[in-house]
Amino acid sequence: MDYGTGNFLSVERACDVVGLRTVVTSDAADVRAADAVILPGVGSFSCAMEALHEHGLVEPLRYAAESGKPLVGICLGLQLLMTESSEFGRHRGLGILEGAVVRFQNLHQGPRTLKVPHTGWNRVFRNPTDVLGAGDAPLSDPWAGSLMAGIQNNTPMYFAHSFFAKPRDPGTVLSFTHYGGQMFCSSIQHGNIFACQFHPERSGPTGLQVYRNLAAALRRPGIPKEETRAFTATSAAL
Amino acid sequence: MSLSVRIIPRMDIKGPNLVKGIQLEGVRVLGTPEAFARHYYENGADELLFMDVVASLYGRNSLLDIVRRTSREIFVPLTVGGGLRTLDDIREALAAGADKVAINTAAIRRPEFVREAAGRFGSSAVVVSIEAKRRPDGSYEAYTNNGRERTEVDVFDWGQHAAQLGAGEIMITSVDREGTGRGFDIELTRRLAEIVSVPVVACGGAGKAEHVQDVINEGQADAVAVASMLHYGLQPGLDGSTGTNTRWPIGGKGTLTPCSLPELKAWLVKQGINCRYAAAPSQVYSDVQIHCSHSGLRHGELPQRRACV
Repeated sequence: MDYGTGNFLSVERACDVVGLRTVVTSDAADVRAADAVILPGVGSFSCAMEALHEHGLVEPLRYAAESGKPLVGICLGLQLLMTESSEFGRHRGLGILEGAVVRFQNLHQGPRTLKVPHTGWNRVFRNPTDVLGAGDAPLSDPWAGSLMAGIQNNTPMYFAHSFFAKPRDPGTVLSFTHYGGQMFCSSIQHGNIFACQFHPERSGPTGLQVYRNLAAALRRPGIPKEETRAFTATSAAL
Repeated sequence: MSLSVRIIPRMDIKGPNLVKGIQLEGVRVLGTPEAFARHYYENGADELLFMDVVASLYGRNSLLDIVRRTSREIFVPLTVGGGLRTLDDIREALAAGADKVAINTAAIRRPEFVREAAGRFGSSAVVVSIEAKRRPDGSYEAYTNNGRERTEVDVFDWGQHAAQLGAGEIMITSVDREGTGRGFDIELTRRLAEIVSVPVVACGGAGKAEHVQDVINEGQADAVAVASMLHYGLQPGLDGSTGTNTRWPIGGKGTLTPCSLPELKAWLVKQGINCRYAAAPSQVYSDVQIHCSHSGLRHGELPQRRACV
C-alpha cells in the first residue's frame, strides 16, 4: 500500500536483530495465517485507511485482534486501531479500540510555541504523577507482563507525529508522554493488542526491547526459533 | 521541556569515504562512514545524517550501499541528503534504509516537489535543507550546490513556504559559518525558528561545545547537526583505514576544540539543557581521553592527551 508508510524496513530489521522472522505483505491470507501481526505506519490516517480497505485488510486485522494473537501497531498503526481520527476531516479507523485521534494544538513551554510534528526523543512513563520526574522509580518492573517489560520508567523513545490517540478506556493506556502542556497516551495494551506512538525500531537499544519481548511472547516450547513468524501488514511496493 | 534537543552527527560522504570539506583546501578523507556511524550510534547519537557531497550517479550507488549497511546495525533515525532530485531518488533512499531525506536544490527550483514528496512518503520523511548566506543589508539569501549557486530566494519566505508545503523539518546551514568552527549564525537560526511551525535543525559551524549551547538556547534550534567537532574528536585509526587524519587544523583562521559525543552531551546537560544522555555509555575507546578545554586549538596545534576535565 503506497500510503507513505516507509518504515516497514526498519521494523523488519529490528525483528531480524531479535531473531524474529517477518514477511512484509499486503495479502489478507498472510495476515490471517500469521502468528503475529505488526501494523506500522507513517503518513496520513485517511490514506492509510483507504489503502487498508482497498487491499481487503480491514477484516483480517479485526480478526487478528479477536483471535488473541499479538497485534502490534506502531505510530500511525496505533492511531488506525482507534474508532476515528480528525486528520483532514473525520475518518473512521479500524475501530478495534474505542477512541479518537486528535491533533496537537497550542503547545507551549513558557513563551515558546512548540513545534508540530512532535519530533525526537521524549520520555514515556507509567503514571501521570511521574511527569515531573519527582516520583521514585518503582522497584519492580513498571511494565512487567507487557511488551514494555524490562524497560525503565521515564525512558526516552523516538517520536515523529502530529496526531495522538485518546483511547476511551484509560485502563488500556500503558504509558504517557508529555509535550508542551499536553499529556498524551504514548502506548496502549489491551490483551493481545499492543500499540505505541513512538517508533521502537528507531529508539536505539531500549526500543529493541519491545521487539525482544514480542519474540519472547511468540516462542513456544518445541518450536525452533527460526520458525516464529510475524507478518507486517503493509506493502512491499516501496 | 520533556522533548530533548537532538544532537545529530553529520557525515559528509564522497564515494566510499567520510570526508570533510576544508575551506580553500578542498576535501579531506577521515575514514569510512559505516565505522563513524556505528561509533556515534553506540555513543548516544540521537539521529545520524549522511550528506552526499558529490551527488553524481556513481556516488549515489556508493551512498546507497553505505545506507544499506549502516541501517542494518543502527536503530536511530537516519537522514540522507545530497543530490536527491526526483521522487524515485527519494524512494530509493528510503528503500535502502533511510528514514528521512534532505532535499535542497530540487525543492527550491520546484517547490511543488516538497508537496509531492510529503504526500507520497509522509511529512516526517521530508526535510527541506536550506543553505543561507547573509547579504550586506542583513537579509539572508538561499543558495544551492554547497553554497556555490545563488537563487535570490529569501531564506525565511522559503522556509515558511516549505513548511506549508509539508516539510516535516527545516535544516538550516549558514554558508558563511560552515566548516569554520566559528559557531552557528544565531540570528539566522532564531529568526527561522520563530517563523516556521516545524522543527528547525541547525547545521554547520560548531567549533566547541558552547556553540551548540548557544544555537539551542538563543538560536532556538530543535536539533543540532555537528560534523568536524565530533569527527576530529575521535581517536585516529578508528576503523584501521589509512585515510584517517590526526591533525586538527581546519584551514583559514578556523580552530576547533574537538569533543566526543558523550562529552558534548554531558556538558549540555550540565548547562541545564534537556539532552538525552546516559551517564555511562559503552565507550569503545575509553582508554584514551581527548582533552576538552575551552581555550581552543591554535592553527596546527595538536591537542594534548590528558584526562578530560
